[in-house]
Amino acid sequence: MSTVTPEAPSDGAPAEAPQRHPLASWFYRHPRTRLSLLLLLPLGWLLVVYLGSLAMLFVTAFWQVDSFTGQIERAFTFDNFVEIATDPAYYQVALRTIGIAAAVTVLAALIGLPMAFYMARVARPSHRALLVALVLTPLWASYLVKVYSWRTMFQPETGVIAWLLNPFGLDSPGYGALATITTLTYLWLPYMILPLYAGLERIPDSLLDASADLGAHTGRTFRSVVMPILWPSLVAGSIFTFSLSLGDYITVQIVGGKLQMLGNVVYQNFTLNLPFAAAVATIPVLVMVVYLWAVRRTGALDNL
Amino acid sequence: MQISRLLKVGATGAAVALLAAACGSGGSSSTPSASPYAGPVGKGEGTLNVLAWPGYAEDGSTDPAVDWVTPFEQKTGCQVNVKTFGTSDEAVQLMSGGGYDVVSASGDATLRLVAADKVQPVNTSLVPNYADVFAGLKDKSWNTVDGVNYGIPHGRGANILMYRTDKVSPAPDSWAITFDPNSPQKGSVTAYDSPIFIADAAVYLMATQPDLGIKDPYALDQTQFDAAVALLTAQKAIIGEYWSDYTKYLQASKAGTTTVGTSWQVIQNLAAADGTPVESVKPKEGATGWSDTWMVAKDTKSINCSYLWLDWIVSPEVNAQVAEWFGEAPANEKSCALTADKDHCATFHAGEEDYWSDVYYWNTPSEKCLDGRTDVKCVPYSEWSKAWSSLRNA
Repeated sequence: MSTVTPEAPSDGAPAEAPQRHPLASWFYRHPRTRLSLLLLLPLGWLLVVYLGSLAMLFVTAFWQVDSFTGQIERAFTFDNFVEIATDPAYYQVALRTIGIAAAVTVLAALIGLPMAFYMARVARPSHRALLVALVLTPLWASYLVKVYSWRTMFQPETGVIAWLLNPFGLDSPGYGALATITTLTYLWLPYMILPLYAGLERIPDSLLDASADLGAHTGRTFRSVVMPILWPSLVAGSIFTFSLSLGDYITVQIVGGKLQMLGNVVYQNFTLNLPFAAAVATIPVLVMVVYLWAVRRTGALDNL
Repeated sequence: MQISRLLKVGATGAAVALLAAACGSGGSSSTPSASPYAGPVGKGEGTLNVLAWPGYAEDGSTDPAVDWVTPFEQKTGCQVNVKTFGTSDEAVQLMSGGGYDVVSASGDATLRLVAADKVQPVNTSLVPNYADVFAGLKDKSWNTVDGVNYGIPHGRGANILMYRTDKVSPAPDSWAITFDPNSPQKGSVTAYDSPIFIADAAVYLMATQPDLGIKDPYALDQTQFDAAVALLTAQKAIIGEYWSDYTKYLQASKAGTTTVGTSWQVIQNLAAADGTPVESVKPKEGATGWSDTWMVAKDTKSINCSYLWLDWIVSPEVNAQVAEWFGEAPANEKSCALTADKDHCATFHAGEEDYWSDVYYWNTPSEKCLDGRTDVKCVPYSEWSKAWSSLRNA
């Protein structure tokens, strides 16, 4: 920057140089500097804020706290991980969380697939934009409002679900795993429908026609033509629903009764024992890394 | 290739920066010393950030008639920002983060804040209303360290057993209804979601299992501690929901999904005001409770506003208002004459030391037994917190 000069360079400057800003022409002659400065901000953001905080998380996980004041002591230890590995409560909560996230993903796929199919292939093209908007509508409402309305609905005896089930001699399942899975499925469903919709819309009609011409019935076409093309979209949607469920701790607090997920462990411990909370927080990170790695091997990430 | 090299350079840079940050801020644990503010208390600095239990610093937003913050602002010119917390652990964590000038700390937070060097000694001679505080609250182990006062007593109360009168009958007089695996309220019981709740189990064991020899619910040796945790593990089967957010408790109580459990007087008052039929009792086994202290942050930039606040909050009029709103015994003796309900101090046993004999104020358990035993090691609070986390997540 210090070499910026108001005059155009004397040697070999083209005729239109005087109209260009001197700074611009300087950058024109230094493409590498230009590129670095251009990338500095986004890369700085990525490295410092995003990767930096992740790195900080891992570093913190190896620290410990003063047992009385809760102040962090920066001394290296494996104690936090040893405790997670030896206390059965923590692998129980990890398995429970993964189970809930998997259930939410499967449910979202089962509900999302027919909806996306209808939107992309059955509904009149003029209606599609409206349907997409409708699917997105819940995202405009506050997360908390939606979760609290599910709390009211799941209320034993007086809630809507109890009212619906009472004629069959059943009561609302109350607050617990079922309520948590239902609420999370509702919350993250749009994130599953949208990639599926985009994927289905991309399938050319000619492929479906060809399949039918060759004598395949609907089921066969779905299995052999639609699903292979749709697979990457399904995986993309599952990444959203799975990871969002894995990290959630507020929904389960509101509709989960006494149920706890990994996020709750972090929330419970970060006030008193931040390093331990950090160690617990690495579990979902590891689960996601494994998940993404498995997904990458299917090639789904290349099609996002 | 270009990009990946750039990434590498950047990553190295970030790692170096991290390392520098990690090393640079180390060694912050100095011994708590410092002298209290010499005074005189001058003009306010303009703003005051208050960290308080819900109900301690009301500005009319909960109930327009309940407001002692606005008059303070008008009188002193100190703009008050209030942040509330749900557990003592949260208070300690928020204070450690900084940015607050005064805090209403319970006995299980005060000593931790002193030890962590987050609060400063308080010069009680700069707080004129301190003279009228009950002698029974002054110079106690939770607000005074080595003869140095670290705060102004605010008030005290017991963690009560609250129940829905229409769903729980006969009216309970024992914590048994919340601990018995065959409780008639199975599935609708609530408990306080904090490690300190282990002390509530210990209080119950003091009465029901005298063989354990528990003298102080915050001084538990390993055997006593294990018994308390076992009781809580068994209790989990009859719990519907745990609470730490009192608004959620209010909703659950109103809906009837929670019918009985530990509570605060202020929650009962709010629930009753909302039309929920609730009553409460201090059970026969005794109860845990709190004796709160207003403390001043070590690094406050509003020292004058802080002292003005300390004096304001324990002034006879305001302390009476707070005590009545929150449902606790005031700290200021003169407040008793100023409460709207003239029997308030009698109802809350403000001056009766007898009543408080089976109320065990929140305290911070440490390895050195608080009850004076020297032949055993007690379970420190860090272990309480681990046990609670393990119990809740199993």
